[in-house]
Amino acid sequence: MANLAKFRRNRFASVLVLFFALGLVSIGFSGVNKLVTPAAAKIGSEETLVDKGSALFAEGCSSCHGLNGQGTSDGPTLAGVGAASVHFQVSTGRMPMAAPGAQVMRKKPSYNEEETLALAAYVATFGPGPAIPSEEQVNEWQNASVSEGGELFRTNCAQCHNFAGSGGALTNGKYAPSLGQATPLQIYEAMITGPQSMPIFSDETLTPESKAAIIRYIQELNKSENPGGMDLGRIGPVTEGLVLWVVGLGVLIIFAVWIGARVR
Amino acid sequence: MTNKFDINNTFDPDDENQSPKVSKEVATKLPTPAKGVDHYLRRTDTDPKAAKRAERQVAAFFGASSLFTLIFVVSFFAIPRETKIAVSLIGVTSAQNIVLGTSFGLAILFIGIGAIHWAKKLMPDVEMVQERKEMKPSDEVQQEALDAFRVGQRKLIRRSLLGALALFPLPFVVMLRDLGPAPKGELRKTAWQEDLHIVTDITYEKIRPEDIPVGNLISAMPENILEIQEEEGNLNERGKSAILLVRMRPEDIKSQQGPDWDYQGIVAYSKICTHVGCPIALYEQRTHHLLCPCHQSTFDLADSGQPIFGPAARRLPQLAITVDEEGYLIARQGFQEPVGPSFWERGA
Repeated sequence: MANLAKFRRNRFASVLVLFFALGLVSIGFSGVNKLVTPAAAKIGSEETLVDKGSALFAEGCSSCHGLNGQGTSDGPTLAGVGAASVHFQVSTGRMPMAAPGAQVMRKKPSYNEEETLALAAYVATFGPGPAIPSEEQVNEWQNASVSEGGELFRTNCAQCHNFAGSGGALTNGKYAPSLGQATPLQIYEAMITGPQSMPIFSDETLTPESKAAIIRYIQELNKSENPGGMDLGRIGPVTEGLVLWVVGLGVLIIFAVWIGARVR
Repeated sequence: MTNKFDINNTFDPDDENQSPKVSKEVATKLPTPAKGVDHYLRRTDTDPKAAKRAERQVAAFFGASSLFTLIFVVSFFAIPRETKIAVSLIGVTSAQNIVLGTSFGLAILFIGIGAIHWAKKLMPDVEMVQERKEMKPSDEVQQEALDAFRVGQRKLIRRSLLGALALFPLPFVVMLRDLGPAPKGELRKTAWQEDLHIVTDITYEKIRPEDIPVGNLISAMPENILEIQEEEGNLNERGKSAILLVRMRPEDIKSQQGPDWDYQGIVAYSKICTHVGCPIALYEQRTHHLLCPCHQSTFDLADSGQPIFGPAARRLPQLAITVDEEGYLIARQGFQEPVGPSFWERGA
C-alpha cells in the first residue's frame, strides 16, 4: 500500500491511469456491443441491411440530415419520408446533393443499388413512410394501356413535365425535370413520394393501375422516334423559334451579303 | 485607272487591254449609262480565262442541281418508306424523309447559287440610269376616260349601281348577329352545387379525405361531368368546373375565402386561371404556389389563392368542401364567384 501511495507521485502514474481508464471503456463498449449484435443478427438480413445503411448514413448523409435523420439547418428531417423517397433521391443521384440551390439535379448516383437499398432500409426505421414499390407492381406497366396513360399523363403530369415529358420551368429557378432518363421504378417512386416541388399522387387517388398506364405512356414517349427531323428538345415553339430566327435568318443574311458583295 | 470604264468615252472594241463584255451594238440599245459613276472591271471582264472558269463554275452549279433532282426522283421510288436511319443531332428518323428533303433543298439551292454566280461574274454589270416616265396621262387621255364613264345619260345603270352599292354593307351588319345571344348565367355558374361528390378526373372515382396525404395533388371534377358533357354535346362544362384538390398542413393555411372552407387541410380551388383561362396545375407542394404555364401568373393556395406574381389580377375562386355521411368529399355549395378570366359584364 505504501508502495502504491509512493507510486502515485511517479511521473508515469498519470499515463498508466489514463491507459487503464481507456482499457476499461473499450472493454465496456465491446461488452455492450456483444450484448447488442447477436440479438440483431438473429433477426436476419433485414437488420444487417439496416446496419449497413446506418454506417453509410452516418458517413454520407448525417452532416446535413443529422445523425438520427432529425434534420439540421442544412437539410430536412427524414422521419417519415419512407424507403421509396430515399431510393428515388439516391438512385437518381440527387442525393447526396452537390451544392444547395433552387433545384437539386439528377446526376451519376454516388451509391450502388445495394448501398441505396441499405440507406433506404435504414431511413425507413425513422418513421413510417411509402415503401419501395415491389417489382411486380412496377412491371405492371408492360400490360397497361398507352392511350389511357396518355389521358392521365396530360391531366396530371403534362402541366409541369410537358406533353412530351421534356420538363419545364417552375418559379424562382425551380423546374420540373425531363422524364427521359427516369426508370419505371423511379417514376413510380416520384409519384408516391413527391420529391422537391412535385406533389404526391397517392395510390388511393391515382391507383396503381393508373400509375402503370402513365409509366407505359412515358416509356412510349421516350422511345418514340423523330420522323419529322430534329426534335429540338420537344419543348415546342421556344426552341423552334430560336433555331428559325438564329440559324434560318443567319443563313439568309449570309446569302444576302454574298449576293450584294462586289466582284473583283 | 486602267480598270475604270466609261461606256461613252473610252469604249474601244479593238483595244485588247480594255475589252468589256458589252459590244458596241448592245451598248447603243441599253439605256444611258450613269454619268460620273466610276465603273470597275471584273477579272472576268478582262481575263478570258477567268471568264471561262466562271462559266464552268456556273455550269457545275446547275449540274449539281440536276444531280440532286435525279437523286430525289430515284430515292422517292428506291427508298422504302419504313427505312430508318440514325443521323447525328436528329436521332433515328425516316431515311426517305431525310434524303428527299435534302436533295430537293439542294437542287433548288444550286439553281439559285448558279444564277447569282452567273449574274455576278458574267452578265453585264454596267451602271445605268433609266428616267422614270411621268405618271400623269395627257389631257386628251384624261378627257377620253372621263367620257367613257359619263353615265348620267344612262339612268338605269346609275340607279341600279347605287342600289347595289347601298345594299352591299348589309352582310357585315347581319354577321354581327353571330356575336350573340349575350350569355345569360353560363359565365357565372358552374356545375358545382351543394352535396355534389368530388371525383378524380379521367378515372371518376369518389375521394376519401384519408386517402389524400399532405402534399397530394388531385385534378378533380363534379361527379355528373360526363352526363353534362353528353347533354350539352361539348366540353364547356369541363372547362369551367375543373378543380384542384390539395392537402396541406392545417397550420400552413394562412387564409381562405370563407370560414373553414377546407376539410382538415384539404382545399379545393378552380383549375382555371383568372387571367385568360388556361388550366393550371403546376403546384409546388413545398411553397403551395400554383404557377400558370401560359403567362407565369402565380397563386398562393395557402393564402386564399391570391395572385402573387404575373398578369392575373384576381384570386382563384375557392370551392367550399366537406364530407358526406359515407365519408366522401362533397361540395358544400357552388362557386361563390365566376371562375376563369374576366368578362365585360362581370363587374369588380
